Amino acid sequence: MNTTLNEQTIANQEKLAAEFRQFIDSEYVITDAETQRVYECDGLSAYCELPMLTVLPETVEQVQKIMRICHKYGVPVVARGAGTGLSAGATPHDCGVLLSLAKFNEILQVDPQARLARLQPGVRNLAVSEAVADLDLYYAPDPSSQIACSVGGNVAENAGGVHCLKYGLTVHNIVRVQVVTVEGELLEIGNEGLDGYGMDLLALMHGSEGLLGIVTEITVRLLPKPEKAQVVLAGFDSITNAGDAVAKVIEEGIIPGGLEMMDSFAIVAADDFAKAGYPRDATALLLCELDGTFEEVEQYVDQVAELFKEMGATSVKISQSEEERMLFWKGRKSAFPAVGRISPDYYCMDGTIPRGQLSNVLTEINRLSDEYGLRVANVFHAGDGNLHPLILFDSSVPGEFEKTEEFGGRILEACVLAGGCITGEHGVGLEKIRQMVVQFTDEEIQQFNAIKQAFDPVGTLNPGKGIPTLKRCQEYRAIRSKNEIDAENEADSCHTCH
Amino acid sequence: MSDISQLLFEQIKTAKAEKTPITIVGNGTKSALGRKVEANNEPLAVAGHSGIVDYKPVELIMTARAGTTLAEIDSELAKNNQVLACDPRRFGGKATIAGSLASNQSGHARPWLGSIRDHVLGIRLINGHGQHLRFGGQVMKNVAGYDVSRLQAGAMGSFGVITEVSFKVLPKSETSISLSVAAEAGDAVSLMNDLAGTAKPITAASWIDNRVYVRLEGANAAATAAVSQWQSQHGFAVLPEDDATTFWESIREHQHVFFAGTEDDKKLWKFSVNAAAKPNLTDADWAFSWCGSQRWLVGEFDLSELTENAKAMGGEVQHYSGGNRQLDVFDPSNAALKQLMINVKKSFDPDNIFNPGRLYSWL
Repeated sequence: MNTTLNEQTIANQEKLAAEFRQFIDSEYVITDAETQRVYECDGLSAYCELPMLTVLPETVEQVQKIMRICHKYGVPVVARGAGTGLSAGATPHDCGVLLSLAKFNEILQVDPQARLARLQPGVRNLAVSEAVADLDLYYAPDPSSQIACSVGGNVAENAGGVHCLKYGLTVHNIVRVQVVTVEGELLEIGNEGLDGYGMDLLALMHGSEGLLGIVTEITVRLLPKPEKAQVVLAGFDSITNAGDAVAKVIEEGIIPGGLEMMDSFAIVAADDFAKAGYPRDATALLLCELDGTFEEVEQYVDQVAELFKEMGATSVKISQSEEERMLFWKGRKSAFPAVGRISPDYYCMDGTIPRGQLSNVLTEINRLSDEYGLRVANVFHAGDGNLHPLILFDSSVPGEFEKTEEFGGRILEACVLAGGCITGEHGVGLEKIRQMVVQFTDEEIQQFNAIKQAFDPVGTLNPGKGIPTLKRCQEYRAIRSKNEIDAENEADSCHTCH
Repeated sequence: MSDISQLLFEQIKTAKAEKTPITIVGNGTKSALGRKVEANNEPLAVAGHSGIVDYKPVELIMTARAGTTLAEIDSELAKNNQVLACDPRRFGGKATIAGSLASNQSGHARPWLGSIRDHVLGIRLINGHGQHLRFGGQVMKNVAGYDVSRLQAGAMGSFGVITEVSFKVLPKSETSISLSVAAEAGDAVSLMNDLAGTAKPITAASWIDNRVYVRLEGANAAATAAVSQWQSQHGFAVLPEDDATTFWESIREHQHVFFAGTEDDKKLWKFSVNAAAKPNLTDADWAFSWCGSQRWLVGEFDLSELTENAKAMGGEVQHYSGGNRQLDVFDPSNAALKQLMINVKKSFDPDNIFNPGRLYSWL
């Protein structure tokens, strides 16, 4: 028994548990706090909450029944995949049911000729590519958490990865989802072809963070494995030069498979961790992967290496084997844990910006870093403009997390000001709900809420995440304008000092 | 080239106040497509709201007002050696960017480079509350809020008046080589999917008149190597460059003889199915594109009969153009899905003023 619950919740818990146990094994209907502890947060552990009850169904019919019961009693439902999300989108609701899809972990069918796979939402991202590797196929979206994250979660967040510029996001690689609605109805959205006709609700489901329905089956597109892939690794002595070099690659008409940038702090941390052979004295590092046919890769690798030299690269290396290519990527893909080693805690941000704004935004981040007295390491999906500043902090210092969150919020505001947005691939969740008012007007948020109502009139699907209520918007705006006035006053007083 | 959004805004406010339905019209190029609405609704002319608002070649992103023609967009992109990679049907260049999005038009490279739905990054839209809203943005990745931009693809203006579209563009390929070989429908489907299962730079695969046509585009070395390999493996012949361009355009623009009469009395059906699905109704008049994932059928058929046929191939069908188009052009969806679509429509357009009946008779 979860001892912190109030009487009403305890009554609900007992009632729901009894009903669920009619069709689900008792051990998969969890009510005690201790067993539920593992579900209290997702990858953003700063937000914790114990659910009222956790249930692990294993059939679509069971999910439908669970949803019908929850709907009958007006109980909130939070769906959870692998729990690797970074925006507290899967944080449980204290009076709600946590619906874990962990048992939906089977690849149901692979269609090698049409290059499709039908799978359950709990299947791990990397497991898809592993399962079809023998067919020389793979599943393209590759978030850094791909070893653990589930495809269902990828749909909920519209996950990206390091190959988005060329191969798109999750939304570009899914042709069909099966969805259970808040009322327990089963819907088929999309088909085994490429287009859905009529009103196309498939894109709307992507990135909807569990607010519109529960995805119970997914058909993904598979791509033929490139014949060859090679990475050009280049060091630069300024962020501006590296940014210009990225622009030059695009201007030349080359679309790399992956194009990543790291700043000096991230370079050293990642190299210490992965021994990737990075140029440790560089101010910025570019990883440019060219993939495709043998001939294409050979042509472009030379062209890109030459171009980086012309753009002032201080060092250029080309991966000479598959092992070396993987090693170059290992540094980048382990940048987060690498930074985690040099600081007690780190906080990962996820803004996007037009590529051309990189220097301006990084300058602003550095200024804020000084202002808050917190260090920042930057990794950047340079190909698609997605910036991941990692703020280093120590949660054991009172008030430091709050300061970090505020700093993070200001980074996102800088991204919006530069023409970008508050989240490229991690989602809004609980974490960025206050920043939604920076990117959207009240009227736009009202439209989002109206869409939510169309799917979930009572508002029991993952409540409190993703889209703020209008009342909250006003509060957030009021806090923001007060902060802005304070900041202006502070700036004025500084001028006076001078 | 001007900004008439204020005028559009006022007209919509009036329509809302008077609860008078309006028909959104760009250059009228899609009037022969989809469901025909007989009602004499007030037209809302969007063509005048045109012009490229922002284009930074290095960002691979363009923003244009709704009525901007594809001819203007193509011409601006060509100056920077870039292309509208989603390659919508041009209708002689007169098609507008918003109309292309609303009717979800995509070209031959759709399986490899994506559709207009895949390439749209952001929109501005006036909804049925008379609010001018902005969704998405001018960046490749944006997961804040729901994806309202992509929801517009194929919605035929059901949610409001799109006033601006931001979309992805791509560099023009260095080389384009087209090949052709004779094949029956079943063999064609196998061949096209076998080819698409390799990592060669393929950007089109169609079957028409008992021939498979394939296009290779990309780095010069890559395309030429694939050509020689496929010539020897499958007996392909290379098409002269001009013929190839004319051929692909004639299919995209429905000017090929296969499509004759399909915007008049002959019914044209479009299928979205499993690319490798075994062809059925083989005596009928078919053409395939997108490796067989998109299939065209000409003739007098019953929608519900073809819907079963499409389901057997893992997909859907729509009555695309020609013949009597007053009935529904898609299969009525299942009851729960239908109710959901009505709810979504209402969330944008509670008084049902935008293009009523254009998408579905019941919407």
